[in-house]
Amino acid sequence: MSPENSVGLVTPQRARFDSPLTLKSGAVLPGFELAFETYGKLNAGQSNAVLVCHALAGSHHVAGRYADDPENLGWWDNLVGPGKPLDTNKFFVVGVNNLGGCYGSTGPLSLKPETGKRYGADFPLVTVEDWVAAQARLADQLGIETWAAVVGGSLGGMQALEWSLQFPDRIRHAMVIASAPKLSAQNIAFNEVARQAILSDPDFHGGYYAEYGVVPIRGLRLARMVGHITYLSDSQMAEKFGRQLRHGEHKFSYDVDFEIESYLRYQGNKFAGFFDANTYLMMTKALDYFDPAYAYAGHLPSALARARARFFVASFSTDWRFAPARSREIVFALLENRLRVVYAEIDCDAGHDSFLLDDQHYHALLRAYLGNIAV
Amino acid sequence: MTEQERRIKAEQRERFDFAVIANWLLPGERVLDLGCGDGRLLRYLSETRDVTGYGVEIEQESVLGCIRNGVDVIQMNIESGLLGFEDRSFDHAIISQALQTMHTTERILTEMLRVAAEAVVSFPNFAYRANRAAIADGHMPVSEDLPYDWFDTPNVRFFTIVDFEHLCRRLDIEIRERLAFDEAGQEVSDDPNLNGSLAFYRLGRRS
Repeated sequence: MSPENSVGLVTPQRARFDSPLTLKSGAVLPGFELAFETYGKLNAGQSNAVLVCHALAGSHHVAGRYADDPENLGWWDNLVGPGKPLDTNKFFVVGVNNLGGCYGSTGPLSLKPETGKRYGADFPLVTVEDWVAAQARLADQLGIETWAAVVGGSLGGMQALEWSLQFPDRIRHAMVIASAPKLSAQNIAFNEVARQAILSDPDFHGGYYAEYGVVPIRGLRLARMVGHITYLSDSQMAEKFGRQLRHGEHKFSYDVDFEIESYLRYQGNKFAGFFDANTYLMMTKALDYFDPAYAYAGHLPSALARARARFFVASFSTDWRFAPARSREIVFALLENRLRVVYAEIDCDAGHDSFLLDDQHYHALLRAYLGNIAV
Repeated sequence: MTEQERRIKAEQRERFDFAVIANWLLPGERVLDLGCGDGRLLRYLSETRDVTGYGVEIEQESVLGCIRNGVDVIQMNIESGLLGFEDRSFDHAIISQALQTMHTTERILTEMLRVAAEAVVSFPNFAYRANRAAIADGHMPVSEDLPYDWFDTPNVRFFTIVDFEHLCRRLDIEIRERLAFDEAGQEVSDDPNLNGSLAFYRLGRRS
């Protein structure tokens, strides 16, 4: 990516909120902090603000690089920047680390005021609804009454959808990409395997591993390996790795034989080196619980009746984690409410992870849609 | 004819087709446009008739065109029906010169009249005089309304005004209005199956 359409060097910021936040679980957070980044300039009418919501392992670092860590490129840098589809010459883009995250927002790694120790397992379970409530407080503090758009892929798409329900008048466009209105039993099953990997690691210590000076690294590694399988498509895995051998021959051992094993171990190790296990557990639970239709006897159109936003919904042909049929559920529920929506089913080989790639057609769609948003 | 003249003529022709369809809609209607291409019909209808609604399209470049045109589009294959669309949720379902490109003709017509109170269908009449002449001369017709060579046509169903009306009878579909035009855009009333190049129908369910 050429440097001229990069947002360049960025600096993370922190916002402090001192009034208590009652969570969906009933627990109350007396106060909290959110780490966030912004790109572009908020215009005088505050009509050009776009919130980018992250998925399971993402952060507020959406675009650009840090001066002291130049290798750390924002996770959606191919989308966000001057002249890019989410054009920072036009939009004021906000990335935020969700409540309970491990990149600087208040979460299990934070110190609990009462004890002075890390929250660990004492950090309450937060939900997609809670994230959106916390993000709304950040919007208030930034002087943003209404988002021009809230954009997200996967779990991020669920937040965009939730924004349209919790704050129908504060969001003009909801962009829900590679997402679903709720998890399927199979989705929950994969999450449960990931959680069990962490929970059964002897270093987990009921979530208080920090007090023992250890990290349940084996559990985290396994959780990420399972996750990664669901992010890729069968065809892409076949193409990328096939049955390629690491050492050119069968080793007749349990060490790495096949390249796919090496890839999964690499991804697992990398992730386990920086991500917090309690945050991971909580994120998977937030995914599992998300179901706006739950309060409406499972009837999604009733749940979406409150929405006022216009919607951009997109899915990817080879995504089996959140298959196109899951996006269509959202689309037809919107149609039943006579809401405006465009829906694209994008041919892309890369499975669930497609939403992070700069597939030409995918980005052309985003550019066209975002280009038509009036600011 | 120069390329520019051809384009201007095609645009005039298109506007004319759009106007015929617009005349059958009431202002503010809710419409579904099947095989909507880049959404220019829907855009025209929203500008001239203040209609709202959605296009349905399968081609990715067309979907992109719709989004650029600010038209709400649902990317899906309608050959297997309009699963997901509620009964009677639109005033009109339109299929403008696209029915001949689809295989499941009966299902599409039936589905249009399930989701909408009325259907509007336009298609090129293969029995038009010039088309018959081309066949008599030993060639598949290429004309204003059938602008493709046989080897690269998107059309997969070749039918006439008479054929279409037979099918409507068989499906118990009521023909509420029919208009046929020759290649010059003149409305024809005398033997439309011979003199009509393009046919427009307003269809409903027999009650």
